[in-house]
Amino acid sequence: MAKKQISIWQEIVKGLWRENPVLATLLGLCPTLAVTNTAVNGLAMGLATSFVLLSSSLFISILRHFIPHQVRIASYIVIIAAFVTVADRFLAGFFPVISQSLGPYVPLIVVNCLILGRQEAFSSKNKIGRSLLDGIGMGLGFSLVLIALGMVRELLGSGSIFGITLLGEWFEPWMVMILPPGAFLTLGFFIAIANWINDRRATA
Amino acid sequence: MSTQSPASSKGKSKLQEPENLLILASSPHLHTTTSTQSIMWQVVLALLPATAMAIYYFRWPAVVIILTSVITAVLTEAIINRLKGETPTITDGSAVITGLLLALTLPPTFSIGGTILGAVVAIGIGKQLFGGLGYNIFNPALLGRAFLQASFPIGMTTWSVPATLAGSAVDGLSGATPLGLYKFEHALTGYADLFVGNVGGSLGETSALAILIGGIYLLIRRFADWRIPVSYLGGVIVIGGIFWAFSPDQFPDPVFHLLSGGLMLGAFFMATDMVTSPITRLATWIYGIGMALILVIIRLFGGLPEGVMYSILLMNAVTPLLNRYTRPKIFGEVQS
Repeated sequence: MAKKQISIWQEIVKGLWRENPVLATLLGLCPTLAVTNTAVNGLAMGLATSFVLLSSSLFISILRHFIPHQVRIASYIVIIAAFVTVADRFLAGFFPVISQSLGPYVPLIVVNCLILGRQEAFSSKNKIGRSLLDGIGMGLGFSLVLIALGMVRELLGSGSIFGITLLGEWFEPWMVMILPPGAFLTLGFFIAIANWINDRRATA
Repeated sequence: MSTQSPASSKGKSKLQEPENLLILASSPHLHTTTSTQSIMWQVVLALLPATAMAIYYFRWPAVVIILTSVITAVLTEAIINRLKGETPTITDGSAVITGLLLALTLPPTFSIGGTILGAVVAIGIGKQLFGGLGYNIFNPALLGRAFLQASFPIGMTTWSVPATLAGSAVDGLSGATPLGLYKFEHALTGYADLFVGNVGGSLGETSALAILIGGIYLLIRRFADWRIPVSYLGGVIVIGGIFWAFSPDQFPDPVFHLLSGGLMLGAFFMATDMVTSPITRLATWIYGIGMALILVIIRLFGGLPEGVMYSILLMNAVTPLLNRYTRPKIFGEVQS
């Protein structure tokens, strides 16, 4: 690529804010909206997705010269699916409760466009080290937003965070926040705040 | 957006100043004193009979809910005006209407905290997030109510009977609404009670009489398009009547449809919201009949006893589309 390589540190940090998969590029919205009704679910989904992203980035970067261009998407999906199966079985084996509450969304990581997007846009064109850093940054950015979403929704929808009740008896939970509309509203506010901060930075 | 709006409003005020020095305008040269502000306060006036009946039937809880809702709505509007750096729009009365309408759609026993939340959502999300008065897609009061319905499904469906029925000593005797009674127990309520509002229900929806007084005033002053209530109510009579004609044992009659629930309040005060209702005549008829169809389907076959809120919100959503497809033909254009 003709583009000048950014620093190693930048490779990680870009996923946290500037190219954040949820806030900036709006990738992987299905799990973002569907499973963030509690902070724990957000954390579990974030970690599972990060694991799959990191592992498949590593493998696809290693294999980038061997995969024929014509069948690359199918090859990526096979690799991603292998790691999704690992994540799914791991969760089911060690954290059956979380696995149950995430339901079909763990197997669905395989079609998370964030993961396929990073392989297509990054790992297939970059060296192993940088692909790993990119995976770490993107996975971290994705997880942090999911946890934050889960915390806000759980606090307003159930009065607790990570299952610890924070708001007392006086608080009447807003049911809507743990329902799908609450996910859309919260995510909308998150993106609005992110854009607002970016605007202020740009004008400052 | 945030950087543009102050600039454009500054530009407007610069343009408006010279306008006062020399007015050049094409015909018509007739002027009226009608402004957004005067219309909005007239709507508030038209809502007073329904508000008075709400207070008469439900006493102190009604006063508390109405005041809470109106004050919260106006405060929210003022705070957001400040945050956006705009000139305050609270005196135009639109926030008062939203607060009042929201309060009139709430159950008499609803919590104060919930009322505050509803008013904040109605003004903050329903109106100001879209850009303020004139830019909102959905009726703000109904959006606030929909949020509350989804948030507090129990609180929003716990009804009390009017103080006139409960007796003097009892403060809040719980009881079902006429629509709830019909849906779950298949019991009809008398027309006379339905008409004057001596039944359970949301604060301002029970008295068809009070709403009609205010609503007809709005129609006479032409602050509301008569086609909307006519097509909505007429549609309910016709569609509800068809079902009733087929199976009078299974479905309620059209008069019951008309007088029960929030239909009157919705048809006269919410569906007619100038911002969220269609512009062209054909679109207005489709809008009204569409609401009637959705309402009857929800009432007869849905899980909820009442569907006025969703019928209006759903048709609000398609209003831009209706306007687009019913755009009048422009004459005098040369085919290119």
